[in-house]
Amino acid sequence: MDGDICATATTPPDSDPARKRRVHGMLKLYYGLNEEGKTVDQAESMNPCDINGTHFDPEVYLNKFRRECSLGELMDQESCMVKQIRSLDSDMQTLVYENYNKFISATDTIRKMKNDFKKMEDEMDCLSTNMAAITEFSAHISGTLQDQHAQITKLSGVHNLLRKLQFLFELPARLNKCLELQAYSQAVSSHRRARCVLQQYSHMPSFRGIQDDCHAIMDKLAQELRQKFRDGGSSAKDLSECVELLLQLDEPAEELCDKFLIHAQSRLETNLRGLEAELRPPLSSGPTSVIDPSIGPARRLSAAPTAGSPTDPTSPGNPFLSSSSRTDILEFIDRGCNEFVSSLCLVIASYQELFVNRPQEGNLASKNIPQMAIGKLHAFVDAMATCYFSLVERRIQEEKSVGDNSLLVRALDRFHRRLQAVAKLLPGSAVPSQGTEIVVRAARERIKQYLAALQSFYLDSLRDVRQALAAPRLGGSSAGGGSHLAGSATGKDAPASLPELLSSLSASILNQIKSVLASVHLFTAKDITFSNKPYFKGEFCSQGVRESLVVNFIKFVCQSSRQFCESAGDRGGSTPPALLLLLSRLCLDYETSTITYILTLTDEQFLVQHRSPVTAVAALCGEAREAAQKLLKHYVKVQGLIISQMLRKSVETRDWVNTIEPRNVRAVMKRVVEDTTSIDVQVSLLYEEGTRKAHSSDSSKRTFSVYSGSRQQTRYAPSYTPSAAMDTNFLSNIHKLFSERIDIFSPVEFNKVSVVTGIIKISLKTFLECVRLRTFGRYGLQQIQVDCNYLQMYLWRFVSDENLVHFLLDEIVGSTAHRCLDPAPMEQSVIEVICERG
Amino acid sequence: MYQPYLVLQARALTSQTAESDAIRFLVGTQSLKFDNQIHIIDFDDENNIISKSVLQHQAGEIWHISASPADKAVLTTCYNKSEAPALSLSQLGASVFPAQVVSSESRVVTCGAVWRMPPEWESGSHESPDDPHNSHNPQNLELLCHLDNSSHGNASCVLWEPMGDGKHVISLADNHALLWDLTESSTQATISSSATLEGKGQLKFTAGKWSPHHNCTQLATANDTAIRGWDLRTMSQIYCIENAHGQLVRDLDFNPNKQYYLASCGDDCKVKFWDVRNINEPVKTLEEHSHWVWSVRFNHSHDQLVLTGSSDSRVILSNMVSISSEPFGHLVDDDDLSDGEDNHQDEKTQEPLQDSIISTYEEHEDSVYAVEWSSADPWLFASLSYDGRLVINRVPRALKYHILL
Repeated sequence: MDGDICATATTPPDSDPARKRRVHGMLKLYYGLNEEGKTVDQAESMNPCDINGTHFDPEVYLNKFRRECSLGELMDQESCMVKQIRSLDSDMQTLVYENYNKFISATDTIRKMKNDFKKMEDEMDCLSTNMAAITEFSAHISGTLQDQHAQITKLSGVHNLLRKLQFLFELPARLNKCLELQAYSQAVSSHRRARCVLQQYSHMPSFRGIQDDCHAIMDKLAQELRQKFRDGGSSAKDLSECVELLLQLDEPAEELCDKFLIHAQSRLETNLRGLEAELRPPLSSGPTSVIDPSIGPARRLSAAPTAGSPTDPTSPGNPFLSSSSRTDILEFIDRGCNEFVSSLCLVIASYQELFVNRPQEGNLASKNIPQMAIGKLHAFVDAMATCYFSLVERRIQEEKSVGDNSLLVRALDRFHRRLQAVAKLLPGSAVPSQGTEIVVRAARERIKQYLAALQSFYLDSLRDVRQALAAPRLGGSSAGGGSHLAGSATGKDAPASLPELLSSLSASILNQIKSVLASVHLFTAKDITFSNKPYFKGEFCSQGVRESLVVNFIKFVCQSSRQFCESAGDRGGSTPPALLLLLSRLCLDYETSTITYILTLTDEQFLVQHRSPVTAVAALCGEAREAAQKLLKHYVKVQGLIISQMLRKSVETRDWVNTIEPRNVRAVMKRVVEDTTSIDVQVSLLYEEGTRKAHSSDSSKRTFSVYSGSRQQTRYAPSYTPSAAMDTNFLSNIHKLFSERIDIFSPVEFNKVSVVTGIIKISLKTFLECVRLRTFGRYGLQQIQVDCNYLQMYLWRFVSDENLVHFLLDEIVGSTAHRCLDPAPMEQSVIEVICERG
Repeated sequence: MYQPYLVLQARALTSQTAESDAIRFLVGTQSLKFDNQIHIIDFDDENNIISKSVLQHQAGEIWHISASPADKAVLTTCYNKSEAPALSLSQLGASVFPAQVVSSESRVVTCGAVWRMPPEWESGSHESPDDPHNSHNPQNLELLCHLDNSSHGNASCVLWEPMGDGKHVISLADNHALLWDLTESSTQATISSSATLEGKGQLKFTAGKWSPHHNCTQLATANDTAIRGWDLRTMSQIYCIENAHGQLVRDLDFNPNKQYYLASCGDDCKVKFWDVRNINEPVKTLEEHSHWVWSVRFNHSHDQLVLTGSSDSRVILSNMVSISSEPFGHLVDDDDLSDGEDNHQDEKTQEPLQDSIISTYEEHEDSVYAVEWSSADPWLFASLSYDGRLVINRVPRALKYHILL
């Protein structure tokens, strides 16, 4: 407690509210009002030394101080206590003063209120007396007016009835007037309003008269409406109004449907005839080609409007036909869409509005009109669409040129898009799916056309290459080649152009394929409505584009290449050998890279998903390789044949018995070497070198075993005894046993050496066989020796294994020696001199 | 497989046509230096023993040989005869080769002749000491007559009338076909009629075959790439297959059982089968050889078996069932050939049979220029390569039973 007191004493009150509260708290404590003060005190209440406590005992407190504290402390305690007592007194004074003030003001206020309430009480009394007076007056007035009010109500009821009656009585006249003015709708609505009433009161003669009159008039009106309907000259809107009125007049709905559709049909057929007129006149045309007779409603209804109609497309005076300017397919489809499809949509829309979607009211509801009407509409739309589709298909079939595919695609797109409108108007109709089928068929047809175009392009390119190959030989100067391969020239005069021809050929084919792919790609473009159909997403890409177009084309290339081998096989050389070589290289290139490239390109462009089995790349590559192999083999055969023929003629036409001593290498041998060289050059333009066995140090100089020392002695020994002959044969057989067997037409590899080796083998084998059929004199043998030596000098460098050339030339000279009447071989040195002289 | 070696090179091979018991082949050798010989090869089928007899053919190297169908001992050869300058051919030589020195002229001509084998050849095939002429050549052929055709050029082959009485032969010489009548003893030959091939260039018959059908009135010849048919009664051309082969036609053979069917082979490595009633397209083409095909032979009894020999040193035996007279392995009634063909057409649709290569024989080291079926045993054939090796082979047993049963 003392701490608390000290605190108040030492520290000045820092904030007023805090101090006040403490003061209040102390006051409350003093008056014993505070609840919480009690609880606080209870903990220390038993302490008699607590100066603030209730059990404070001044005696105990004083004793305690006196006992415990020093004098100084007692002095301090005393002054502190005096200070506290003083401040408590001043606080108490302030509080008393404040409370007194408040009490004074409250007394004032209460006195004022008392005055005001008195005045208000007086005014309320006055008001209640006034109200009582008003109530009394009101009751008085209502009592006096009651009779008149009932009379007025009755009068107004009579007035209404009279007005209705007047309407009824005036109705016939009004209807007549409407009829005169052709305000049919007004007439019908008037009649409808009166009809029930008339029906109800028809037992009264006057009303019956009116009803009869009305009926007569309405019959007339209906007659007139029907007439108007039948005339069919009016617009669709008029017509629909007409139908609506008739329907309201309880005309049978079925009949109306039929009539409406007949009318619509005649208009649509006019559109169709206009379209048909734009087509080329078909071979067997007639009105029936417009309307498919197998379709129900169309058959039933077509006879009258079409037969003998002035716009019959076959009649000679047809105005549509005379203007023979053919429109392109986009215009055609446009016209079809704008005229036919929009009219069809209009018809469907108005029909549905009239018959299907109308609010079912009264007795109409019971007849189940919508079902009947929808059925009729479907049949009608199907029939009309079939006619339209047949026209469109005919037009699409006429679209043969493959130049610009975008026009066709756009036309198809528009066609397809417009049919969606029909689909929206008439859900569940088969028309859109039929339209999609037409688009699909057109796309398939298109792919076929593109394949044909690619094939013909390929053949044209080949023809150009052929011309380019032939041109320099005829004209000498490069003739410029074909249109695709400008500036190309080839052959022996300009050998460098063979690779150029190849590259331009393959590039132009590739470009063509790419452009075709791009054209076909239009079918699957994002902005084309039918591109998201399942066919165009799946089958079109994989079966259509990949298989039918790309794969078939590659197969065609291989096949046509193979045909070159077969067709030229018998005649030999109807195809220029250079072309064979070129095609072989082309096929090989296809095998190594092009096929993979094209197919990857296709797969990427068309996102082909291989759901259905497709031709594998490997299979195509195999085919291409086979074709390349066959072509190259054929090339070897053809070139070998050309050289063989030269050799054969040269051996066959000469009298070898009576020939002069050789002084020169025969010209034909030089020609053989020249030709072989040019073939070598030609092949090296397109094929790699290839591998060959190692050459001996000086391959060009090699003595044939036939003339060499001992062997020659045994072979041409003067003793003509069978035993000696036996020896030679034995020796030659031993010799053959150790030399490899030579396959003359062995498979050719894709390199230069292998090709040229093949050609040389064929040529030399021919030489051998020809030599064996002739008889030689001494100089004949020597000439062959010289020739063979010359060939030896030049041919070894072309072949993969020079031993092969040695062996064959050996055989030739050996066989010549056998066939010689007077075998006296020439000295090797002389031979060499002659050969080197050339 | 049996391979007797001849000592000399050889091209000419025939079976002894008139011999129906022994399996016997005749081979003519080709040598410019030595005396040429006719080798008679006998094959003992039971013991697998080959025996050989030699007859001297001193006239020259033999290019073609054929045996008489009537007399076992009679045969014809085409042989080269080189005429030395000493034979006073200077005038002829000068006219042919005016640019050359006349004195050094020599000429090789090919002649045809009819020979008779000496009756005792079988016993004295080996060297006999009492032979007065030649110590190591025991027997000479007896010359019956020359088919003297010096005015017609070089003979390429001589053909006997098939199944005839040995009285008629045809020789093909350059561009002439000459029909000879032989006397009873074959000692004299006279030309009864001849046909000449006219055309541009030097035309030359390379091969020919006397058809065994049509009462032996037809002949087929080959020149260059063309095959021609001749009617021997009028000696006029019946048909001509131009460009039958891409290159030279080397040999022909008639199907012994189907009268219009003909096989040909040539330098384009192909064997083609023709129906001469429709010469635009071959009925069938075989492309098995890798070099010129020199010889083609139908088996005499079972014409689906076709033998070809080529300068790729191979002999190929093919089973051409689809175009044979017995396409189903059973024998068709030979009396009615046309009926047989109808059957063939009908039944072919029922059961298409595959043509196949039965076997390829690679025993030869050099070009095979001749193949021949035995006339005695239809399941045996011989092939001859240039190095003088003669190989005798049998049709595989399995196939034989398949055909027979």
